[in-house]
Amino acid sequence: MALLELENVHSYYGNIHALKGISLTVEEGEVVTLIGANGAGKSTTLKTISGILQPRQGVVRLEGRNLTEYKAHEIVSQGVIQVPEGRRIFSRLSVRENLEMGAFTRKDTAGIKADMEKVFTLFPRLLERENQVAGTLSGGEQQMLATGRGLMARPRILLMDEPSMGLAPVLVDLIFDTIKELNEEGMTILLVEQNALLALDVADRGYVLETGTIVLAGSAKELRENPQVKEAYLGG
Amino acid sequence: MLQRFFRKYDTTDIVMWLIGAALAVIVIYGAARTLAVGKYSSDVWRDFIIFGLAQGSVYALIALGYTLVYGILFMINFAHGEVFTGGVFTAYFVAVALANSGFSDEHWILSLLILLAVAVVVSMSVAVLLERIAYRPLRNAPRLVPLITAIGASFFLQYTYRGLYGSGVKTYPDIKQLSGTWVFFGIRILRTQAVVIVASVVLMVGLYIYVQRTKAGKAMRAVAEDKEAAALMGIDVDRVIVNTFALGGALAGAAGILYAMLFKQVNAFMGFIPGIKAFTAAVLGGIGNVPGAMLGGLFLGIVESLGPSLVLDGLGIRSPYQLKDAIAFLMLVLVLIFRPTGILGERLSEKKA
Ligand SMILES: Nc1ncnc2c1ncn2[C@@H]1O[C@H](COP(=O)(O)OP(=O)(O)O)[C@@H](O)[C@H]1O
Ligand SMILES: [Mg+2]
Repeated sequence: MALLELENVHSYYGNIHALKGISLTVEEGEVVTLIGANGAGKSTTLKTISGILQPRQGVVRLEGRNLTEYKAHEIVSQGVIQVPEGRRIFSRLSVRENLEMGAFTRKDTAGIKADMEKVFTLFPRLLERENQVAGTLSGGEQQMLATGRGLMARPRILLMDEPSMGLAPVLVDLIFDTIKELNEEGMTILLVEQNALLALDVADRGYVLETGTIVLAGSAKELRENPQVKEAYLGG
Repeated sequence: MLQRFFRKYDTTDIVMWLIGAALAVIVIYGAARTLAVGKYSSDVWRDFIIFGLAQGSVYALIALGYTLVYGILFMINFAHGEVFTGGVFTAYFVAVALANSGFSDEHWILSLLILLAVAVVVSMSVAVLLERIAYRPLRNAPRLVPLITAIGASFFLQYTYRGLYGSGVKTYPDIKQLSGTWVFFGIRILRTQAVVIVASVVLMVGLYIYVQRTKAGKAMRAVAEDKEAAALMGIDVDRVIVNTFALGGALAGAAGILYAMLFKQVNAFMGFIPGIKAFTAAVLGGIGNVPGAMLGGLFLGIVESLGPSLVLDGLGIRSPYQLKDAIAFLMLVLVLIFRPTGILGERLSEKKA
């Protein structure tokens, strides 16, 4: 059984039919990427998984449990957390408080403390800025914080929405190195990216999304070598 | 030279400055005249300030309810004055019963705590019901809709209280242990005012610690900033909103008992004026800002207490004390015109729901 499975999911914004029957799976321990142009429906897919949007049709399953029956905040305790597009850190809370919010659903004080230390080891910059208000962080640091905040939930699967957006190349490398590192430690990741080149580099498998429909699926290698993907997403 | 000046500032700016300057001159002139005449002794000024602090801390407690709710929902809960009334008016009947049985004479502290508990529970319930019934269904409606609903709810509650508790003005029984004064550091203070100030400070410090240090308080700040991101972290946003109304209601309930200690009288419509004054205090301090509401309340309380004797007396106004409410509302208008961001806060219109 796949860890995460979407089956024929249709989501709407009012009358806008944003997802037109998405089906995908993520196996335990995989990095799966969802690539596609701006407006393809990548973020909508993650919002539907996280319960911010209710699909009008179709199911989302985590280890076989139907997630669409849960509210957004309950889905986190089910083991799914999202690092949203544009980071969405709490800019008036301190760095530490942001990380605490990531662990909001947890009660294991000792485990939370250990995970906080892990996040600080992963991103020493955050430790330096521990008590600083998060709004004063640079874009790269904010992405580190958003990622660390997600990890604090100790999720079964981490959903990441365009972590490279708006970052300088050095920082993009750092974030993608972290993704590899996390995956090597066993973290399952569903990675949404417009930067297909980078995403296919860290992913095991990928799906290509166009206007709410999956048009291609395959291993990262297959997608990298696919002429259509090369043409449309990898700059020829 | 003059032309460049006029290009940089438009006429409205200049008119505003002139109004501001004129007001400043009037205030300074009035105060100078009063002080020159020397009608009041320094003891009297000190009493004005202490009374101002006492009523200001009541305003501050009510103002916190406006500011907490605004911080989370970007909405002014105009029925908050009636949340305040519900607690203190209900507790009045308990106060009378306790006084008649002789219980409050013997155990005045316990009796005060009972009244406090009653007022807090009632005000909290009114606030939570208000959220559940009147505001939650309108969460995604245009911003004017919940505002109008709040005004409607305010009238509904006023007339409900009148129907349930009668239309007359009722007077809280005196607590004989609290008549007279205490002397702190050589300063003589009315006992009721001392209790009001101390209790308010305790509540405000408690609230500040709750918001800054506890997990629930941090979740409240996270929800205030970004509801969707908060939900994505596993925070139950609806529950945090209910908690916020409950907290604001509890503070208003406590403020009601303190208000009754200062002013004694209660009636179904009593929440309106302190409600608007507390709203003024919240705007003064920067709506949505917790320390701002506290400072705004204290500031307004003192201005209202000092203003009539200090400024209006000097201007030769006959019964300056009758104008104390006018001072509060003038302050509201002035703040909205000259500094809508308040002393510490952000622009009223800057954040969107
Ligand atoms: N809040 C919204 N309201 C209405 N339409 C939306 C909203 N968010 C996204 N959309 C529409 O849904 C489609 C998919 O958007 P999105 O999932 O954000 O794309 P992507 O993340 O792939 O760039 C787009 O056509 C977009 O305009
Ligand atoms: Mg997107």
